[in-house]
Amino acid sequence: MPHDHDPDHPHALLPPDPALRVKALETILTEKGLIDPAALDEIIDTYEHKIGPQNGAKVVARMWSDPQFRAAMLDDPMPLLDDMGFYGRQGEHMVIVENTPEVHNVVVCTLCSCYPWPLLGIPPGWYKSDAYRSRVVREPRKVLAEFGVDLPEDKKVRVWDSTAEIRYLVVPERPSGTDGLSETELEALVSRDSMIGTALAKGLKA
Amino acid sequence: MSRVHDMGGRYGDGAVDPSDSATFAQDWHARAMALTLAAGALGQWNIDVSRHAREALSPKDYSRFTYYEKWLAAMADMLVHQGVVTPEELSTGHATGVSDLASRALKADAVAGVLAKGSPYQRTDAEPAAFRPGDTVRTRRPARNVMVTGGHTRLPSYAAGMPGQVVLRHGAHVLPDANAHGQGESPEPLYAVAFSARDLWGDEASVQDEVILDLWQSYLEPA
Repeated sequence: MPHDHDPDHPHALLPPDPALRVKALETILTEKGLIDPAALDEIIDTYEHKIGPQNGAKVVARMWSDPQFRAAMLDDPMPLLDDMGFYGRQGEHMVIVENTPEVHNVVVCTLCSCYPWPLLGIPPGWYKSDAYRSRVVREPRKVLAEFGVDLPEDKKVRVWDSTAEIRYLVVPERPSGTDGLSETELEALVSRDSMIGTALAKGLKA
Repeated sequence: MSRVHDMGGRYGDGAVDPSDSATFAQDWHARAMALTLAAGALGQWNIDVSRHAREALSPKDYSRFTYYEKWLAAMADMLVHQGVVTPEELSTGHATGVSDLASRALKADAVAGVLAKGSPYQRTDAEPAAFRPGDTVRTRRPARNVMVTGGHTRLPSYAAGMPGQVVLRHGAHVLPDANAHGQGESPEPLYAVAFSARDLWGDEASVQDEVILDLWQSYLEPA
């Protein structure tokens, strides 16, 4: 391991084991008075238990159920998301894109890992993987097939590469035969991956 | 010209593994994420500086590091470059004293408020929008930061020099190419621009498919 001092990359001075690297940085910053370890616990608790795809599922279920809400979300979602308590870090500028019988949307960030945190939480491992970032823009149909989604050739695929601070949420198509369901029941059909575009709503066939 | 993070379209990465679906596969992943947010709250860098720090890792480090190792390495580099932490402190794993910035430390009871407040990037003080939805444009080629050699930019190489069509106007947003390098926010009109998959990838792509990117006005010219 390179542990000689490289002035451009002082990170090489840290221990080689990543868990120890985190520990070393946390220790140094805590001793300097720059970090409150209790604040780290609070951040982790927030993204493990409070902010996650259950938020996005509420938005989708309401869009499926309420045509006026749907139209307003497609036009300008930020005031409504603020009302629902879903404004926040990495979701300051949301755009909602809807899947239809003609168009399937899928979201990526090829340059890093941009993702709508207030609606979906922290991204899963695969979203941040080199394979997803490099391939979904070039061969989205093959990548979707790896998720078990086989799209008909005549359906248009629109890949959204999140290159700015705009964050995209996909609204999956509502499955047929769900007319009588309540919003809460509909939420259960909306998976995280369906709001990224790598899955369909539960009960729907491509 | 390009950097290793600019991987859109690259061949050879193999299949995506949908079972790699955990938010935090290891406890230290969560700790690294939280530490990064808390260190960011000290206000010593902005999001564009931190993205550039990750992208400026050597290609060898960028490729061998897992996701949160990139975050940690970039954070350590920024802490030293900003004079918040010394190389000696990184080497020994202990502080030599309390920091002048200690009053800015994020406290547990402030976390919810800070995360809910976010950090909007839209601005009102920018040049007027030159394009409208439906307009045809062409992107800059090569994809590079025209102000800082080797600097940060958000135009991926795969979309450089390509014709596209404006589909959305997002208002004016902070320009990462300037903001990553201490050159101010320089807000510019930002657009969602649709590219034909065939234009980007040739006839291996389906003729009706599109890739849409968010691009700043200075990345674009009329076409």
